Parts: sequence; structure tokens; C-alpha cells
Amino acid sequence: MATRWLPILWRLVQTIPVVIGVVIISFVLTRALPGDPAVQFAGQMATPESIEQVRVALGLDKSLPQQFLIYCKALLQGDLGQSIATGRPVLTDLATRLPASLELTLTALILSCLIAIPLGVLAAVRQGSWVDHLCRVLVTAGVSLPTFFTGILLIYVFYYLLGWAPSPLGRLDFIYFDPPRVTGFFLVDSLLDGDLPTFAGAAKQLALPAITLSLFTLAPIARMTRAAMLTALSSDYIRTARAAGLAPMRVLFGYAFRNALLPVVTTLGMVFSFVLGANVLVEKVFAWPGIGSYAVEALVQSDYAAVQGFVLAMALLFVLINLIIDLSYTLIDPRIGFSAK
Amino acid sequence: MLSVKDLSVAFKTRKGQVDAVRGISFDLAPGETLGIVGESGSGKSVTSYALMRILDAGGRISAGDVTWNGRDLRAASESAMRQVRGREISMIFQNPRAALNPIRKVGHQIEDVLRQHGRATRANAHAKAIAALEAVKIRNATDRYHAYPFELSGGMCQRIVIAIALACDPRLMIADEPTTGLDITTQKAVMDLMRDLIRERGMSSIVITHDLGLAAEYCDRLAVMKDGQIVEAGPSVNLFANPQHPYTRKLVDATPRPGVAIRDLLPPEARTPDLPHEVGSRALLEVVDLVKTYPGKSGPVHAVKGISFTIREGQSVGLVGESGCGKSTTSAMLVRLLDPTSGAIVFDGHEIGGIPAERFLRDPRRGQVQMVFQDATDSLNPRHNAFDSIAEPLRRLGGLRGAALHARVEELAHLTGLPDHLLTRYPHQLSGGQKARVGIARAIALDPKFLILDEPTAALDVSIQAVVLNLLADLRARLGMTYLFVSHDLNVVRLLCDHVIVMQDGQIVEQGPTATVMDAPSHPYTRDLLQSAPTPPAPIAAHAPAKAAE
Repeated sequence: MATRWLPILWRLVQTIPVVIGVVIISFVLTRALPGDPAVQFAGQMATPESIEQVRVALGLDKSLPQQFLIYCKALLQGDLGQSIATGRPVLTDLATRLPASLELTLTALILSCLIAIPLGVLAAVRQGSWVDHLCRVLVTAGVSLPTFFTGILLIYVFYYLLGWAPSPLGRLDFIYFDPPRVTGFFLVDSLLDGDLPTFAGAAKQLALPAITLSLFTLAPIARMTRAAMLTALSSDYIRTARAAGLAPMRVLFGYAFRNALLPVVTTLGMVFSFVLGANVLVEKVFAWPGIGSYAVEALVQSDYAAVQGFVLAMALLFVLINLIIDLSYTLIDPRIGFSAK
Repeated sequence: MLSVKDLSVAFKTRKGQVDAVRGISFDLAPGETLGIVGESGSGKSVTSYALMRILDAGGRISAGDVTWNGRDLRAASESAMRQVRGREISMIFQNPRAALNPIRKVGHQIEDVLRQHGRATRANAHAKAIAALEAVKIRNATDRYHAYPFELSGGMCQRIVIAIALACDPRLMIADEPTTGLDITTQKAVMDLMRDLIRERGMSSIVITHDLGLAAEYCDRLAVMKDGQIVEAGPSVNLFANPQHPYTRKLVDATPRPGVAIRDLLPPEARTPDLPHEVGSRALLEVVDLVKTYPGKSGPVHAVKGISFTIREGQSVGLVGESGCGKSTTSAMLVRLLDPTSGAIVFDGHEIGGIPAERFLRDPRRGQVQMVFQDATDSLNPRHNAFDSIAEPLRRLGGLRGAALHARVEELAHLTGLPDHLLTRYPHQLSGGQKARVGIARAIALDPKFLILDEPTAALDVSIQAVVLNLLADLRARLGMTYLFVSHDLNVVRLLCDHVIVMQDGQIVEQGPTATVMDAPSHPYTRDLLQSAPTPPAPIAAHAPAKAAE
């Protein structure tokens, strides 16, 4: 068993230089941005003296290497610094905001997988049929409609016209209390608490933004599933399986689909990483208190600590996702082993 | 037992309906082995897929009857067919590694079939799968059960495919090009195993192959197919010895075999007098202690372990061996695309082995050493037409432009028998033989002294192979070129080469004049290779060529 874990450990060790690189680059880039946080922080009525006071208080009067050392020292103690804009520790901000984004993205991805993968498989099996055409239409629509547009359209139809959806204002309607925090995912936390009304409320709030995002992520997944299934279905081993009289379901899922999974998982990983960063538009439209909108606001206000914290959190998340994808490769395909070096 | 009457198979394509099989009939008796022989596109594989009803999308049986033990297979429902497939009729395929699910343990793949047909339960499937592996003579069957196809050799994979096919004791096994892509000694082992198993179990079999010699050796009866029709059928010995149909005669003639000359491969009316080529006494190429070692994951891989040989001016030398013996590495080093680890390559009196491959590109001797590649299709740029492909070395190394370039390309096309109007065509618009001609014309464009031919006919049908081999013989006589002919087919080497080098595991085990090595091999490995080559019965018809004294 140790031989199985050692390569994973090695992979984690390999990510250390990546993280160090991210720390340095995010630090340098935020400093290179135009705008002076001291001026921002001091406010409209500031005098040069008060700005200077703020500068000293924030430690911005020190040289860059000094600032970097202080930043690194704090980082090692798990301190990401204070956000100037919110006045709270960045770690606290991220801890409330990241789960919100993750909940949205994961729900959207699960939703789009549930639709896209069966759709892609069906389109490949019945190539040229109406399912295939439907798949093509959905894929084209999914990529060509911008998320903010689909979002607004969905709000217009389901909130304004039909009144089925609650007002698109955040994660939970104000009539509910936030569930006791365990994972930060409202759906999970409310269930853990056994609070079904809150669960339903959170689900209702989540529905529209999740659908918006999933429409967008549907396209690459469905396309890739269809293409991978077509390749798998036309391969020699499928012919062998058919010639051996295996049942069609066994051929389709046991043989073709498992082989087609590899490119689908790759796409899934790419889409996940991409959407996590790009769902800021959806977050804005639905007033979703996610990490995307947080980062944009921080960037606009030259909120160094918040931006750095965001970049670092994303980098760690990407590393984690890539690791999970690599691990699932080895589970799916025995030909891919971890090369220890 | 199996009766096929007037079977026709049609495919729907974008260009309309294509009749792949057009009204063929044959019967198969219990315990009989029928060989279906034909060149590519003759419809032989499609016939077998039609019997199993596993035609690709767009294909269907358009007419005729297939009767299996009194049952009409054409009318049978899909679920009834599933009972027949694997349980009563099973099939093995070419390219065995691709024919197995790459991400499923081979043992599990056998279990799938056993359990599908109710031959095993969850409890005893494992034991039965191992028994099936042992039946195809796989050693350490218990360990191999857990292997994935990529961990096994090609021959081993074919044994697994056979194990899957035989797991449910079918009455008929169809083998579709079962040994294509396998080494010659592996081919013999697989074919012998298959024959023994089929005899042991009293099964019938259909062997589909392009290799007339192989079919004649292993089948009781042969049917020769051309353009979707059976042109001739009969007992193997008769058919080979006394072919009636002109096409069969052409195929028999074109099959390289001991005791014939290179011209005998051609149809009688195309046989021109053989042009003699002169072998000089001066050494053109001397290879001294050539070594190539690749760094590998588990230690260095010794691909070529210190080989030495000499090729004289005008000589044709055959380099023979099985896959992995180092013959391709050797040819890549000689053509200076790969740098040797150590050793010397002396060409025309100068050491060229020390010049790095990327700098040899600008060496004046680049044009002197050229190569014809194995796969005529893959070695041509799909975006270049035939003219551009042939003109490329002339432009880059010969510096020819305009009218001179045109004249030279046309001359080369003429020399290699490529009609002028084909020069504007792209590779996908050319046949296999025409692409081979383009590849040869490109290689000889710069008047090389030394030409390396890497299995130039391996992917061609026998009748086209016959023409290309004769073309090569003519060119060498006319242009005075020296050949290194790399091949796994000893019968082909025998026809073209004066001298043979036999390689095994990166070493030369035997070399000498062709007649000596072929007729009186001194090394056991050479003897093995020679015995593994299928030996078709010799033709005895009136038109048969005067046999060389054996």
C-alpha cells in the first residue's frame, strides 16, 4: 500500500515550487499595479499627513523585500493579512466566500454532467438522429450565449414573469437564518442541521445561477463525450466484444464508456478550473457572495492582502483539482501509472 | 454445417451504394478449415462480418442466405444472434492488441464472455478463465489473468483473443487476418496453436488472409476472392498447384517463395529479361562496432550491440530480423537520422558516423544516402501532391528550379513507372502501389549511391509487391545503386539480395551470401526463421517457371 501512497506524496511535494512561485508572482504583481492603497484607505478627506500615517500603519513605507519577508512570515503562521475593504482578516473572508463559489460551481458542474454525459453518449450511439441534432443545438447555444445574458433571461422568465424563483439576491432569502457552519456549503450544512426549510430555501436560491453556469459548461462536456464515445465505439475491441456476443449494455458501458471517460475527465477538470475563475459574471448577476466578485472588488481597490489571498487560494485549489484528476486517470486507465520521477 | 448462398453485402456511403460482396456462395463441413484469400478491398473481411451480423453502420446484407445448422442467420433476431456469437461462432481479429479492451484485465475479459453465455457463475468464473488461458498455452496463467493488454506481447495478446473466442466451445471459429502484424516465428506459433486447438475440439474454421502461402499451408480448402466475388475455390493443394482462374494464377505467381526468380512474380506476359547488376569489389559502406544505447526507465536499453559489416558497391544486402532486433535502429543510424552511441560508419572512404544527425542535413553526402520508408502513406506529406513530394529533395538539396525541376521530376516519374497525370494527385488519391512509387522516386531523386529500403513492400498486396520489387531490381541495374533492404520476409530478401545479414537482439547472428544463408543456415535462429516462413506448395502448371535447382 505504501507504494501506492508514495507517488501521491511525491506529486504533492512537486507542487511546493508552484505554490512558492505563485506567492512571489502575486506579491510582485499586486505591487506593480497602479493605485495607492494608503490613499484609498485614508478616504476622501485625507490630508497628506493622515495618508502617511496610514502608510506606516499598513507597513507600506518599508522596502519591497522587507514587505515580502513580513508577508511570508505571516503566511507561514496562516495569516493572510487584513482586507482593507472589509476590515476583516482575508482568511475569514475567503472562508465564507470560497464555499459559496464552490457550492455554485460544483452544483452547476454536477447538473451539467448529468445532462451532458448521457446526451453525448446518446448522440454518439444514435449518430445522425434527433438526439444528435438536439445535442448540437444545445452545445452551440451553450457556448454562444454569454452567462450574464442567460442569467438575466432566466431571472426575467422564472422570477419576473412566472414568479417561480425567489429574488436573485444572494445565497439565502433573509427570512431564513444561515445554517450552522460546518462545511460552508448551505445545502450540506442545512441537511446536517436537519433544517429542511432552509435546505429548500438555499436550493431555490441556487437553482437559477447553477442552471446558468451549467448551460455554459454543458457544451464542452457534451461535445467531448460524444467525440470520445464515437472513437471508442469504432475501435477494434468493441468489434471483439460484439463478436463475442456480449450484451449491448455491457458493450456500451463496460467497454466503450469506460474508455471514453478519460478525455471526458480531462475536459471536466479544465472546465472546473476555468469556471471557478470565470463565474464572476454569474455571481454579479445573482448577487452571489462568491470569491469571484470578492476578487474583482479587491483588485479595483488595490486591496493587496485580499488579492494575494485570492490568487493563493485559487492556485492551491487548481493544484488540488489537478491532483484529483491525475488520480482518477490512474483509476480509470491502468496504462497511466505515476512515474515517480 | 454453414451454408452461404448468393450472399451480397452493400454499404451506404456518401457516394451512393457500394457493393462490397456480390453474390458469393460456399459451404463448410464440420471439422473443415476454409481459407478465404484475397487482396485488400476484395470483400473477404466484410464476408466474415456479415456472417456474424456485426457489419459497421451503413452496411447490410442485401441478398442471399446464410444457414447455420439449419438456422437462417440473416433472418435471426438480434438477441438470437447474440446467442450465436461467441457461443456457436466466434471470431478472432488482426492486430490483437487493439482487439482487446485496453483498460480491462484480460482475465476479466474472458470472464465477461463466459458469464454472458452462462458458462460460468460469479463463483467459478475466475477458475474457468484461468483454465481458458491455460488452454491457449499461456504460462503462469494465474499471473497473466491480472495482466492488461499493454503488458503483453502481440503474440500473447492473440492467444488471449483466441482464449476469448474459444471460451464457450464454439463450433466454428473465424480468423480474420489472425497473424497480420505478428513476427514470423510468432505467426507460426499462433497458427500452429490455432490449428491444434481446432483439431482437438473438432471445430470448423474459416481463415481469412491475404497470404496465399499461409492459407495453403493451414487450410483444407481455399476460396479466392476478388472484387466481392469468389473467382475460384477448391482444395488447397490443387488450387495452388494448378490455378485455373487468371487472377488466382497471378496471385500464386506473385507470392514470393523459394526457388523462383524475381521476374517470376510477374504475370508471364509482363516478364522482361532480368537486368543484371554488377557488384563491385570496393566497399561503399563499412560499419564497425556500431552501438546504440537508449536511456530507459529501468536502465539503459541496448538496441544495437556492436555490429560490423561491409556493403560493397552495387551490392544488395538484406537485413533480416524480427521486431525489436535492432534493424530499424540500425537503418536509422546508417541513413544518419540517429546518432550512434559508438562505432564508425565509413561511407565511400569517409567517416560519417561522427557527424551529428542534424548537421548531416547540410552535408554534401546527404543526397548520397537516401531512404525509402516503410509506410508509403504515412511517409508522404498529405498536403503535398506527388510532384511536390518528389520535387522536395531536388529543391532543398539539389537546388533545382523551374523547367529543370519539372523535367527531372517527370524523368523520375517515368523511371519509377508513375504516369504523368498522377503527379498532381495527393496521397489519398493514389493507390498503395502508386504511393510506393512516389516514395521511391523521392528517394532516388538525388541519384543516391546508397539506398536504404525499410520494408518498402510490407503494407502492399502481393501482386503490387511483385511489381515494386521488380521496379527496385530494374532501378538498381540501371542506376547502379547499392541497396540495404530491411525486411522480415525472408522470401522477399531471397529474391532481391546478394548478401544477407540476420540480426537478433541487437547482434548479427549470421551473415553471408544469400544462397549460403538461406539454404545452409549455420545459426539456429536463422533456421528458426526459415522454418517459420509458410512454404506454399510449388505450382506445377504448364506455365510455371523453370524451377531453379534446389
